Amino acid sequence: MSTLKAVIMTDDAQTPAIRLRGVSKRFPGAKEDAVAAMDLDVDRGAIVALIGPSGCGKTTTLRMINRLIEPSAGTIEIEGRDVTNQPAMQLRRGIGYVIQQVGLFPHRTIAANIATVPRTLGWEKARIDDRVRQLAEVVGIDTAMLSRYPDELSGGQQQRVGVARALAADPPVLLMDEPFGAVDPIVRGRLQEELLDLQREVRKTIVLVTHDLDEAVKVADRIALLNVGGVVEQYASPDELLRAPANGFVEEFVGEDRSMRRLALATVGDLPFEPGPVIEVAADPAAGLAVIDEHRTDWLGLVDDEVFLGWVPRDQVAGGGALADAQRYLPAAQVAPSSTLRSALEVIMTSRTSVAVINDDGRFRGTVTLERIRGGLAGDLDGPAERAA
Amino acid sequence: MILLASRNPILRWSWIPEQWDSRIQPALLEHIQLTLLAVGIGFLLSAVLATVALRYRWTVGPITLFAAFLYTIPSVAFFGVLRTTALGLSIFTVLIPLTGFTILILVTNILDGFRSVPAPVREAADAMGLSPARRVLTVEVPVAIPYMINGLRIATVTTVGLVTVAAIVGQGGLGALILDGLRRTFWTPLTIGSVLAIVLALTFDLLFVLLRNWLTPWSRAQRS
Repeated sequence: MSTLKAVIMTDDAQTPAIRLRGVSKRFPGAKEDAVAAMDLDVDRGAIVALIGPSGCGKTTTLRMINRLIEPSAGTIEIEGRDVTNQPAMQLRRGIGYVIQQVGLFPHRTIAANIATVPRTLGWEKARIDDRVRQLAEVVGIDTAMLSRYPDELSGGQQQRVGVARALAADPPVLLMDEPFGAVDPIVRGRLQEELLDLQREVRKTIVLVTHDLDEAVKVADRIALLNVGGVVEQYASPDELLRAPANGFVEEFVGEDRSMRRLALATVGDLPFEPGPVIEVAADPAAGLAVIDEHRTDWLGLVDDEVFLGWVPRDQVAGGGALADAQRYLPAAQVAPSSTLRSALEVIMTSRTSVAVINDDGRFRGTVTLERIRGGLAGDLDGPAERAA
Repeated sequence: MILLASRNPILRWSWIPEQWDSRIQPALLEHIQLTLLAVGIGFLLSAVLATVALRYRWTVGPITLFAAFLYTIPSVAFFGVLRTTALGLSIFTVLIPLTGFTILILVTNILDGFRSVPAPVREAADAMGLSPARRVLTVEVPVAIPYMINGLRIATVTTVGLVTVAAIVGQGGLGALILDGLRRTFWTPLTIGSVLAIVLALTFDLLFVLLRNWLTPWSRAQRS
């Protein structure tokens, strides 16, 4: 995986998967540009979110990439190739497209819907059937549903089919226009997770339009925040956008609670750990007392060769008995490296003890404290890179 | 009166086998032929008009207005006037009005059908690189089919009724039986003509429902 990524990275340096240069759009009869001279590079294999208030031209920009809307000026290149150099229909067959209302063909079965582009491209039937089954599995559609019609499916299932249909001919680029806007928040959250899982597998270059900052922060590697008239106010990683808004507009858009959003974005693993008031279970009780005093706390953590055993209250340690015999409190006060800082904060706020970071295999990694989180927020957390790796 | 009724019942059964070959069957076949020709030609004309209307939006008004004008002409007058022209007693004297009456129903239903195609469906078709012709033929027409068939149902049932009126210019299929019965005050042909016309209309209606269900298995999913 890491080699693959390195290869992609070097490629990225030469040609971005999608490159917009001076792309603008003014609709006939309009006084203002819908999109004003936009430059934008999208790295290969990245998810880029276009976000902004209504009228910011985010959907227009997306549709110019596959020429559903023709730009008034400027050039758009995909993989270094000008999109106007080929017939629009041919171009579109090489670009996946997912929209909020899904737009499945009501008169065709799920299988036939997914097969739309391969059929247009004249694939053989056996190859199409294989591909449809494979995609159903990838997006989590039961193969028993393949012979059903779209109206028999729930909104979430329809959107999965929409994604499968977009991926059918294995296009390198996927365009998504508010793909999860029409489903309820629970399903939306699940579909977002699935998109990230899917992306780890298929590694497409994805441009996603959304009006939901949380969605952009959650799924995107980079966010382009657009202002009315199609002006890019900031193009940065989610963490950078939240940590260092480029101007007043961005600051207002990301909101006063942007630090809280960053907490949801970064994980405990992004922070440096500190040892905390923790000692080997075999140690002398007096040494334990010294550790407690040094950390000005009331609880001592015990580990046995990296395995975290639990927290012991100060009076038990002060009693002078062997630490191994002290009564331990294990459960609440621990988090995993993959926990978000938001959930770590929740644990810190509700625990009397320090909070231990425990690996999935039970090994003790260190403790996480309010000070560490605050310190982390001051710096560069860059959650998405971590997640993408 | 009672005597008259007994000699002239609503239906004299023996008349049916007597007259089947010479009058009833030919009338029925002529009725079916006129209906199918009128609706068939009407559908072709309507498809052309609807295509023009969808292609050039400004023509929707004029086309609908023209179709509505045809529809409002009293049928008796329409048949009668054409009879006085060079068409005389030819089949066209009957077919032109019958066809004209179907156009309003068919054009509006075809247009409704295409309007029923959800915009996202059209957008998805374009975005996946379907050519406009392919989009219309493989996506829009199938989605519009239930509307088209509904139009055909109404047009056909209406036409079955109107064909009887064409008897006044001597070509009315079952209408000729009805008219004959009225002229002679002999109820049997009138009853047979009317009942067969009704049965014919219901049969066409049923056939179209079956055709629609067969062509649109997907809309059963919608209905259920």
